[in-house]
Order: sequence, then structure tokens, then C-alpha cells
Amino acid sequence: MDIDLVTNILYAMIMTGTPLLLVALGEMVCEKSGVLNLGQEGMMLMGAVAGFIAMYHTDNHFIGFIAAILVGIAMSLLFAFIALNLNANQVAAGLALTIFGTGLSAFLGNDYEGKQIAVLPSLSIDALQSIPLIGKPLFGQNAIVYLSWILVIVVYLFFRYHRQGLSVRAVGEDPSVASNLGLPVMFIRYLSVIFGGAMAGLAGGYLSIAYTPMWTEGMVSGKGWIALTLVVFASWRIERIILGAYLFGFASIMHIVAQGLNWDVSSNLLAMMPYVATLVVLVMLSRDKQRLKLFEPMALGKPWHRSS
Amino acid sequence: MSNVKRLAMQGITKEYPGCKANDQVFLDIEHGEIHALLGENGAGKSTLMKMLYGVVKPDAGSIIWNGSPVSIDQPAIARGLGIGMVFQHFSLFETLTVTENIALVLGDQAGHLKTLAHRIKATSERYGMPLDPERRISSLSTGERQRVEIVRCLLLDLQLLILDEPTSVLTPQEVQDLFKTLKKLTKEGCSVLFISHKLHEVTELCDSATILRAGKVTGHCIPKNETSESIARMMVGDDIAISNECKRALGGDVFASIEGLSTQSIGQFDIALKNINLQVKQGEIVGIAGIAGNGQEELLKALSGEEIHRNSQAIKFAGQFVDQLSPLKRRRLGLAFVPEDRLGRGAVPDLDLCDNALLTSFDSGLVQNGFLKKSKIVQLADKIIKQYKVKTPGNHTSAASLSGGNLQKFIVGREIDQEPKFLLMSHPTWGVDIGAQVAIHEAILQLRDRGCAILIISEDLDELYKISDRLGAICDGSVSDFLVPEVLPLVKLGQWMAGDFGPSTEPKTATTAATKTVEIGATSHD
Amino acid sequence: MIKLTPRAQASAKWGYLSPVLAVFLTLIAATVLFWGLGKDPQLALYTFFISPIENWYGITELLVVAIPILLCAYGLALCYRASIWNIGAEGQLLLGAVVATTMALQFVDSNSFWAMPLVLLAGMAGGMLCSGISAFLNLRLNCNETLVTIMMNYIALNTLLWAVYGPLKDPSGYNFPESALFGDSTLLPILFEGTRLHFGLLLVILALVIVWVFMSKTFLGFQIKVLGLDKPAARMAGFKEKKLAAMVFLVSGALAGLAGAVIVTGSTGQLIPAISPGYGYSAIIVAFLGRLHPVGITLAGLLIALIFMGGEMSQMVLQLPRAITGILQGLILFFLLSCDVMIRYRIVFTVKLPGFTAAAKH
Repeated sequence: MDIDLVTNILYAMIMTGTPLLLVALGEMVCEKSGVLNLGQEGMMLMGAVAGFIAMYHTDNHFIGFIAAILVGIAMSLLFAFIALNLNANQVAAGLALTIFGTGLSAFLGNDYEGKQIAVLPSLSIDALQSIPLIGKPLFGQNAIVYLSWILVIVVYLFFRYHRQGLSVRAVGEDPSVASNLGLPVMFIRYLSVIFGGAMAGLAGGYLSIAYTPMWTEGMVSGKGWIALTLVVFASWRIERIILGAYLFGFASIMHIVAQGLNWDVSSNLLAMMPYVATLVVLVMLSRDKQRLKLFEPMALGKPWHRSS
Repeated sequence: MSNVKRLAMQGITKEYPGCKANDQVFLDIEHGEIHALLGENGAGKSTLMKMLYGVVKPDAGSIIWNGSPVSIDQPAIARGLGIGMVFQHFSLFETLTVTENIALVLGDQAGHLKTLAHRIKATSERYGMPLDPERRISSLSTGERQRVEIVRCLLLDLQLLILDEPTSVLTPQEVQDLFKTLKKLTKEGCSVLFISHKLHEVTELCDSATILRAGKVTGHCIPKNETSESIARMMVGDDIAISNECKRALGGDVFASIEGLSTQSIGQFDIALKNINLQVKQGEIVGIAGIAGNGQEELLKALSGEEIHRNSQAIKFAGQFVDQLSPLKRRRLGLAFVPEDRLGRGAVPDLDLCDNALLTSFDSGLVQNGFLKKSKIVQLADKIIKQYKVKTPGNHTSAASLSGGNLQKFIVGREIDQEPKFLLMSHPTWGVDIGAQVAIHEAILQLRDRGCAILIISEDLDELYKISDRLGAICDGSVSDFLVPEVLPLVKLGQWMAGDFGPSTEPKTATTAATKTVEIGATSHD
Repeated sequence: MIKLTPRAQASAKWGYLSPVLAVFLTLIAATVLFWGLGKDPQLALYTFFISPIENWYGITELLVVAIPILLCAYGLALCYRASIWNIGAEGQLLLGAVVATTMALQFVDSNSFWAMPLVLLAGMAGGMLCSGISAFLNLRLNCNETLVTIMMNYIALNTLLWAVYGPLKDPSGYNFPESALFGDSTLLPILFEGTRLHFGLLLVILALVIVWVFMSKTFLGFQIKVLGLDKPAARMAGFKEKKLAAMVFLVSGALAGLAGAVIVTGSTGQLIPAISPGYGYSAIIVAFLGRLHPVGITLAGLLIALIFMGGEMSQMVLQLPRAITGILQGLILFFLLSCDVMIRYRIVFTVKLPGFTAAAKH
């Protein structure tokens, strides 16, 4: 097999897997505190449209990403208010966020379909990049990819060694007990949700600014949902998130693989790959009921009120 | 300084939607004193304690600590004052270690995790409750988990230790260990507030007592100077006759027979059943005592059919193997079941009483060709409400709005109305007021006299001694022998509950056994 | 200060009031939105909510849009009653359309009486296939039903695209991604001359009655209700969870598939990529808004259909993007969830004065 093909596949795999990695990381932190936010699609779309619009008007990538992050946070605050303060059913609230985000982003992005912006340049060191096979995939990426790696490490260290990481886990296991112990459950959950929103927004911005620099309605096409599966796949363990994200990235770039190997398969069938892969992963994970329960935060998705 | 009380609660009042939890409560505790707070379930004890710990704010009244008024707004303030609380339901996180759990509570005072682990080890050993700081809570026994809670308090500058019903989950031996620890604590000047509804413990351990009933203080006393009759009267009032005459039955043919029932433990917290042999005859009540978490749930689920063990051939109803049958099919063979959780298993909280009557009575002519017969359903609900004197505005109120005792009466009534051949009951009068408890026991005894086989699993030893025709214990998935209560001393049952099934000292003499029965009868309403 | 205190019993009054309030709040939000976009609010509201149904033709158009939404929503209501979060109505609708089309294309030149029923049944089968796969993954293999049904949505969409670009593509259609036009025997008859309102309306009424009777008067309906509210109780009572769950999955899949079949035989007359602007997702909102009750759902469905039409109108008349529809739908759900708080909690306004606390309750 052609080395260049493999290199390109690895490169594309990482590039494509990055938004999944970011969203999954954010949602994982959110879920560790016991909150299930199904609104990833909506937050990502809003991040994408906000980032694109900001980038279009300022021609500044940094501002674009900041805009995407802020909008993601804003959307997550909406969800947090309804799910945490008003104690609504978290599944329904997440769905509402997705539907609202899809509609609002389509509305705001209406005038920007087909417009162009400057691509995010890659941050690479030529010497390192020319290492065969892994040079380009590891050292030829853009800033956000590197940022995603740093974030994974930071979050991992936070939960492993920092006492506040312990507090977050406690809140996710049993909010009533945590509250009785004086932990600020609402505050911790709000922060976790906000982090999730920031990550989703960033991931969306990445899609519209760095990945395919353009905006189109519904461009996230299910990555938010795939990321949710990813969190379960990783058993809420941060080490595993990178593995899963790039696996799904791989499933999403099957058309490159097909081209490279000269397969003649309908593009629509190939487009199904990430979703089928998600189903396969779900099946594999869910067979062992007990193993799942071992790692899942015990209070995940359950509405909680101070008096309970 | 010696005249100043450690704690004085004055005129404390707290109201919740639908009930007054505390009404003008006055309570005093001296330095180095063990003070008991007595009362039935629902008397208001837990609410009062939550106010001391800063989890709940009083609507009126004041708290005086070492002579000065304080306002305890949150647990951190309580901890700062030196108040430590061990809840009835432990505040522990299963998947975290002992050190991590304690670190979470101590907050900033925790310091470095390594030093904390050393402190935990040292303190726990000093008070005779050794603990390994690195173990996960999920691997600890209930007694050990309570130790974690207490050690957590000891690491503070403890002046008042509050224990909420600490002995309900301990074996008799663990109870004695706890008492030793508490006495050591008070010698060093720390005060203890001991919340309980068990008269004999209070009499043995406590210096003074406050008694609550329905949110109000009904008396202060020194337990050693009182009789259990006088204290019980303060707890339950004068209008209920404390009587305990229950005829024993011998029973007829065997209805339910369990031979060699063994199961695998599926989850992390399940207990495997080990070769259980047990028979329940028609017209008899078999009681099984045991501390929660020793296989009761697993046994009940195996009997009710909620868990089916594919290869097992151990359970027979009227001579027929039922191991592979679903709960529905077992009900059709005459099974009825009153589970431990009344809200959210025994009854659906959000549905009204008519729907809840239908829940298990569907075979009593309430369904025809798949369609519901609404009038018959309403009829049944009304019948149960009337017969068991369930206090409710009507049959259209939701199950959630009934009080614990009334809902339990309804559920028991519903099951008994089906005239079952085999009634399974789990903790039938847990958390239920005295009046409802008496009514439920009467109904059970009448059902027994009509020939039903009844199996009751309970933690309430007084209840079991009162109504069982044969009594035994379950521990760690195995059951003991079953004896008539009159020849089963409490000590022996306690040993069985702790897992010692072996032949122990014979019951002393007939007189001693009889005395035991009378004693137990006298304390059966604390 | 505002605080939430739990109620002793769920408030029935607020059960009815909440959706009404939510719709009302959405209207206010819409007004603000229009005003913010520089359009005269009165004109915008009129254009959006009134003008689509000003005349008889408009009303029939409203019903045409509502039909597939309602069919999906009745099915979803059954699932949600059982607390099964089936988000896959859209995919089941699309797959139903694909299978129905495949069947219809067998009868293009035929006059058989059986063509129509067979096509509708094929649609139901297609929907049941989609939801059946989800049911299998959820019930047998223990996968989360929300994730599974959503993945099936994307798979079904890509299947439809593959079909219209591939095997089902009209050979004489100038290479456009669409199927051949259906023959007359497989087109739903129009009920009123001069309108597009077709036989599907009668199917909706039939579904409404059947689902209503099933839910409220049968023992199976009762079991589903208990299963959704309290699984341990259902287990204790001996109800067969898995069978009930499988049943609601298949029935809702059948209804959604029927909706897809109705669209291709009633509205479009062929299979094209854009047969559903998200009807399956809107049905979710309709189910919630209608409190999972067939009558409430019918009213909610008409409202959502109106919002779809309003979006079209406002694009034509006010030059506003059609995406306003999505925004309003999302807002309705948000407001509904917020107002639903009142069912389980009371809002207490407390005024802190030194010495005592006074409270005013709702």
C-alpha cells in the first residue's frame, strides 16, 4: 500500500476526529457532574455559524473561534437554566436545544451560504513534518488540533489529581449526598455544562472555519450525536476519548479510503459509515450491562432538587 | 462555665407543605452527656437534626451553642462549631475511597491526601474502629461504613456528635462496639446526641432523653429512672392499647417449598443465595429477620419472579415447579406480593388509587377481552379504602399524596383482597405509624387464619416476634433454622443474623424463655 | 427571591395550562423577533399565523401538512408514554416512503384495486423495519434508544438518497434524483375538488380513534402507562416489559412509515429527496405539546403545521428566511419545558424582612 495514502489517511483521520474529540471531552465533563446534555448538535451548529460570521466580518481566526466558544456557552446556559434550575426532563431539554439551535443557526446563516473565508493555516515545522508516515499527521496539523490534545491532558490531570475533580465526580454520583456535605451542586453542574458548551461551540467553529471553511445549513450532520456515543464508548474515561474520536474520524473519511483503493461504491452508502460504525460500537459496548454501570456516573440525567 | 449548656434549642419550629415537622421544640444537652432523642418514624427527629447541621433552616426559634446564639446556615458552619453528624443514610460515595470521601467533606481542612490518610488510620485505631484509608466504600460492610462517617467527624475538633438511628443497620456485636466508642468520646468531654426509636438501647446508653411525637416535645426524662411503659406512653400517647396477644398457628400442608435455591451474584452489590431450604405451610406465618443487604432482595426476587434463574429447579408452589414462570404466571398460581418500596414499586406514585388497585388485581374480573371495566375497578378501590380505613379524600387522589401508613394499608389491602394462597411481604410496616401497623398486623393474621401461607422478611425484630409462627434469619445469602419465637431468645436470633448458625448455648430454662417473651412484648411498641 | 418548592401532588390544572402558556409565550417571542428584524409585528403575525388559513384552500393545505406530522406524533405518544425516547420518527418516515415507492413502482401501469392498500402497507412495513432494527438494538442488545434511533435517521436518509440516485431513479427523468411518477392506482384520492386534501385525512382520523381507545380503555394501554411511569412497579406486577416495548416501537414505526407512504402517494406522487422538512422531528414537539394525549396532539399538530405554513408565507411576503419555523418550534418546546415546572413545583416569592420571613405562594 502506498505510504502517502496511509499518511494522508492518518492526517485526515485526526483532522476529522478533532471536532468529535472536543465535543466528547466537553460532554464527558458535563456528564461526570451528572448532567446529560443532548443538545450537542444545536450548540455545534450555533458555534459553526457564529464562528463563520465572525470570521467573515473580521478576517481574524482568533476572533472567529472566540465567537464560536462564547455562543456555545450561551446556548449551554439556556439548557442549564431549564434542566438545572427548572428541573426539566434533561432528554427533552437537550432535544429542544438541538431543534432550536438547528433553526436559529439556519436563520442566522441564511445570508452566508456559499460565502468564503480564509482557511486556518496549519502550524507546522517543516523538519518534523517530513518524517515519513507520521510526520504530517502529528506535526502538520492546525492550532485547534494541538489545542485539543492539550485540553485532553489538562482535563485528565484535573480529574486525576485535583481535589475539585473529586467534587465534580461526587456531584455526579450522588448530588443529594454532595449537597448535604456542603458541595455547591448547582454551581459545579453549571460550570460543567458551560465547559461542555464551550467545547461544542469550539468544535462547531472548527468545522466552519478550519475543516471545510464554509457555512451551510445543518453542516454538523450528526457529529454531535456521534460524540455522545463516544462518551459512552470511552466509559467516561478520558484516556479513551482520543482513541474513539479518531476511530470515528476514520469511519467518516471512508470516501478517501475508497478513492485511494479504487473501490467503486456509491458515495451515499459510504456516507452512512460513521452512523453504522456508531451503531456497531453501541452494540459492542452495551452487551455488558454491568460494565457500563460500573463507570457511568450514578446520577446521570436525573433531575435533582435541593429538597430531595 | 460549667453551668453553660453545650447546646440549647429553644422554640424550634419548621413547616413543610402538608405537615408541621417541628412545633416549638425545646432541647438541652450538657457537656460530655449522651442525650437521646426518642420518637417514632415521622416524629420530627431527622428534621430537627438537619437544622443543627445546617442543612435546613428553622422557620422560628433559636439555637444557643456554648452560651451564645448561633445561626447555622450551612454544614461548613456546623463543622466549624465542632458539630459532626452521622446520617441514617450515609453520605458516602460508593466508587471513591475512604480518604477521598473524607477529603470531600473536610474541604479546605483536608490538606494533603497522604497526610489525611495517616490521620484517618491513627484516629480510627485510637477509638477502636480500625479503617484502611485506601479501600473503596463499595467494598466496606455497613458497620465499617458507619465507622468512616464517625472517623470523619472525629477529625474535626468535635464537641457534639449527632447520630441518626445508628444501630438499625448493625449487628448486636457492632452495636456494643459503637456504645464503647461513644462512652470513650464522652469521657473526653464531647457530647453525643443519639436519635433512636429503640427503648432498650436508650436505656442502656443514654444519660437523658427528649421525646418527640408528631413534631412536639411530649417529655424530657432520665431513661434509667423510667420504665419502658412510661417512655413508650410518651412516644405513642394514651389512645392506643399496647397489647401483644397473638395466637400461634401450626399450619397445614406445605404450600411454598424452596429446596437448594442457589443463585449467582450478578452485579457488584448483589448477594449470591447459598443453598436455601425453606418451607411455608398454608395457614402459617414464617418470619425471616436480617440486616439489610444479606440476600433478602435476591430471595424475594427469586420468589416473586422478578428475577428468573434459568437452570434452577428449586422453588415449588403447591408441588409445582415455578422457577421458570414469570411474575404474572406466579400470580395466577396464587402469589401476592407487598414489596419494600411502596412508592415506586408497590404503587405508582403519579397514578390514582383506582389505577393502583388495578395494578395487581387485574385478574379479579377487572379486565374483559383486553378492555378495562372502569366501574369494577372503582368498586374495588372503594372497597379497599373502606375496609382498611385508608385516610384519603377519595379514590382519585394519587398514591403519592397518601401518608406512608395509609398507602401501605392500601397496598396490603389490595394484595389480601385477591385472597392469595401465598403472600410475600418485605418490611410490611417499615416507616408506618402505630395505628396503621396494628391494622396491618391484624389483617395479616386474619389472612393466615383463612389458610394463606405467608412469608415476611423484616428488620423489625419486635414485629417478627409478635406475628411469626416460625422465625429464622438470613445472613450473607444463607438462612438459619426456623423456630417458634417462644423458644428463640433474642441473643440467638442476633447470632443468626450475624451469620453464626452453628449450635450455640441451649436456651436456658423454660422460665427464662418465657421471661424473654414478656420482655419483648413490653418493648414491642417503641 | 424566587424559590421552587415541590408540590405534594402533581397539579392537574397546570398540566392543561402549561402548553397554553407556552404557546402564548412563543407568540410574544415571535412578536419580539419580528420587531427585531425590522418588520411590522402586526403584519408579520398576521402573515405568519392568520394568512395561511384565511380561506378554505388554506385550511385544506394546513390539513395536508398536518397529516404526516399527526400520524408520526400518535405513534410517538405511545412510545413516550412507555418512557421510550424514540427520536427516530423521521427515519421511519423516510424508510417507509422508500419501501412504499418500491411497491408503487410495481403498479405504475396497473389498475388493480389492491395497489393502494399494498403501497400503504408497504410503507408501514418500511417504517416498522426501521423501528424494528432500533427495537432490536435497544431491547435485545441493550443500546440506548435515543442514540440508536437517531443513527437510524441518518442511515435512512442516506438510504433514501442512495435510492433516488440509484435503483429507484426514474430512467426517463433526465438524470434528476427522483423516482418515476406513480400511476393513478397508487395515488391517494382527493377528498375535496380543487384542493390537495387527500384520503390521508381519513387515515388520521382512524389512527386518532384507535390510539385513543387503545391508550385509555385497554389493559395493554394501562400496562404501557405503568411501564412508563414506574418500571419497578410494572415488573412487580408481572407486566411483560420487553413485549410492551417492542410493541410500541413497531406500532410507532408503522405509523411513521404510513406517514411517509402518505406523503409520496398523496402530496408528491413520486419519491424525491426533500419529502420531509423534518416532520418526524416536529412530531416530537407535537407529542410533548399535546401532553401525549391524542386530542391534545391533534391540536398541537395543527399548530405546528400552521407554523410550517407561516414560515413559507413569511418567506414569500416578508422576505424572511424559512428557518424561522425551526426557531419557533424550538422556542415552543423550551417554553413548554419551562412552564411544565409548575406542574411539579410551586413558585414561592419570599420577602426577607429582619425578624421574620413572609411568603406568598402560587
